[in-house]
Amino acid sequence: MNLDIRIPIGLMFGIIGMVLTIFGLMSNQQVYRRSLDININLWWGVVLIIFSALMLMMAWRKKCKLKKQTEPKEDRVLVTG
Amino acid sequence: MAHFNVAPIDYLILSIYFVFVLGIGCILKKFMKSSDDFFLSGRSIPAWIAGLAFISANLGAQEVIGMGASGAKYGMMTSHFYWVGAIPAMAFIAIFMMPFYYGSKARSVPEYLKLRFDEKTRGFNAISFAVMTIFSSGISMYALAKLFGILLGWDFNFSIIISAIIVFAYIFMGGLTSAIYNEVLQFFLIVFGFLPLVLLGLKDVGGWAGLQQKLAAVAISKGYAAGTWSDSWRHMGVAGNNPMGVEWFGMIMGLGFVLSFGYWCTDFLVVQRAMAADSMSAARRTPVIAAIPKMFFPFLVILPGMIAMALTMQGGSSGFQLPPKDGSYDFDMAIPMMLGHYFPSGMLGLGLTALMASFMSGMAGNVTAFNTVWTYDIYQSYIKPGQSDKHYLWMGRAATVFGIALSIAAAYVASKFNNIMDMLQLVFAFVNAPLFATFLLGMFWKRATGHGAFFGLVLGTLAASVHHGLTIPDGAHSIVKGGWLGIVVHQYPSEMAQNFWTAIFSWTTCFVMTIVLSLITRQKRTNEELGGLVYSLTPRIKQHGIAWYKQPAMLALIVLAATVIINIIFW
Repeated sequence: MNLDIRIPIGLMFGIIGMVLTIFGLMSNQQVYRRSLDININLWWGVVLIIFSALMLMMAWRKKCKLKKQTEPKEDRVLVTG
Repeated sequence: MAHFNVAPIDYLILSIYFVFVLGIGCILKKFMKSSDDFFLSGRSIPAWIAGLAFISANLGAQEVIGMGASGAKYGMMTSHFYWVGAIPAMAFIAIFMMPFYYGSKARSVPEYLKLRFDEKTRGFNAISFAVMTIFSSGISMYALAKLFGILLGWDFNFSIIISAIIVFAYIFMGGLTSAIYNEVLQFFLIVFGFLPLVLLGLKDVGGWAGLQQKLAAVAISKGYAAGTWSDSWRHMGVAGNNPMGVEWFGMIMGLGFVLSFGYWCTDFLVVQRAMAADSMSAARRTPVIAAIPKMFFPFLVILPGMIAMALTMQGGSSGFQLPPKDGSYDFDMAIPMMLGHYFPSGMLGLGLTALMASFMSGMAGNVTAFNTVWTYDIYQSYIKPGQSDKHYLWMGRAATVFGIALSIAAAYVASKFNNIMDMLQLVFAFVNAPLFATFLLGMFWKRATGHGAFFGLVLGTLAASVHHGLTIPDGAHSIVKGGWLGIVVHQYPSEMAQNFWTAIFSWTTCFVMTIVLSLITRQKRTNEELGGLVYSLTPRIKQHGIAWYKQPAMLALIVLAATVIINIIFW
């Protein structure tokens, strides 16, 4: 299987994170009364962006590693990660 | 009840999710060349992905909504479903059972039963499992449509059709791999969608200390000791001391041993994820890797229910209230109502997407398990054996079509006759409870025979129904709850206690009868045939050259030790 699942996960949370962050920056503070006066969109958007960056970084490092070494590892034949 | 205030941004987030789910299916489509690719992911899934899919497949709506409801109703004791139930069972399957599931090259759990015992045992398991998955998937669909109708005002038919089309599309295109990859995506969505809810709820209630204090008042007002809602073990000496109505023995034996081991170790829905792993060691690591996040799930799904109860009964700064129902509260609405209460537009979209994801992973898990069992264990075995691999791949795709069509039908049946669904779930419980005894004996006692296993299972199932027919829980009104044999020999303090004891009776009957019947019947399988299927006839797995943190046994020990510590902390 040639699809590293971390790429779509990273991309999806990156996009959702950015949508939330931008919306959090633009929206009226009044709407955050319900979330106990915390701008939850902004903060959680940032958390999601960090998570997305981590996922993409791990996928990227795996790709570099796969390029370097082609010999089988442990008892599996193909490392797909 | 007023609908949630859903803004365009919430729908935007939901559609981003839909695009990715379908996109993954699309990309995987070109890799589905053989039936092995479609049903078993070509046995090429890395351990961490299989592990997350292992818990995600079980993380359907029943789990998220049900555990939240249980948290509100019974408090911290609900954590036993994880810390006594799931985790030890997951460690057990990883260490002791996976070598036979994966090593035997069986393509499904019923197929293992055929290799180990005989055709009739496989047939019994395959048919009951296939029917069960269709109804489970239908119930998931029905619950989704009902909830989105209440929360967002979506039309019932619209919800059913949209969820069916999306799940169908991504399984049809990418088979099990697509389901597994999407389950990993759904796992993270559920975590990131519900975690902020827990954090906001905790802040509102005044932290863990504030929660304990408010729940103490709740417990006292209901006539229990102060810590009943916030301790896990302390009030389990006698059944009457806790709202669950269960004492420690029924909990450990009924839930911990029979029901949890029965589910996590024999249900093909979850076992299929580990069977798709890329090596024996990855297959054995799968359930243990799954157990690590599973350990913390009580904080994600039970805690919100407890917070909802504390705020409803004791009041909080934000004025959260559970909706009333029949003189009590509608506990099933604990998590959904909290989403609507705390999340502003934006986050609300993420929360609703997480709910949607949990329903879909529940459906997809059942559908992929169904099309495998249908194609391999029913179609290939009894209807059309000896066809080309291409034919069975085609059949798997076709099974996805009618599997989903039947689920839709089941969802409408559920919406018309609520009692029928209760009854069916009860029958499945009867079929499932004794199964673990069959596997235990099959894997660890080479003398266990096909006749012994089959009739042991049938008698165990009968024992479950007879026990249920002779007992009732406190306050039972309908025969679905028990006592339908006309004579009531025992009354349990709660339905849960009755369920646990039904499981204990049925497991014991199956265990004893399988042994007795095996001893008086002839073993038709030779020792050579049983190699790789039974513990004493299988060479031990050597673990040289695997780093300690990748050894399943080492990981399992760490997970078990951590579970003991958590149990002690929340004693």
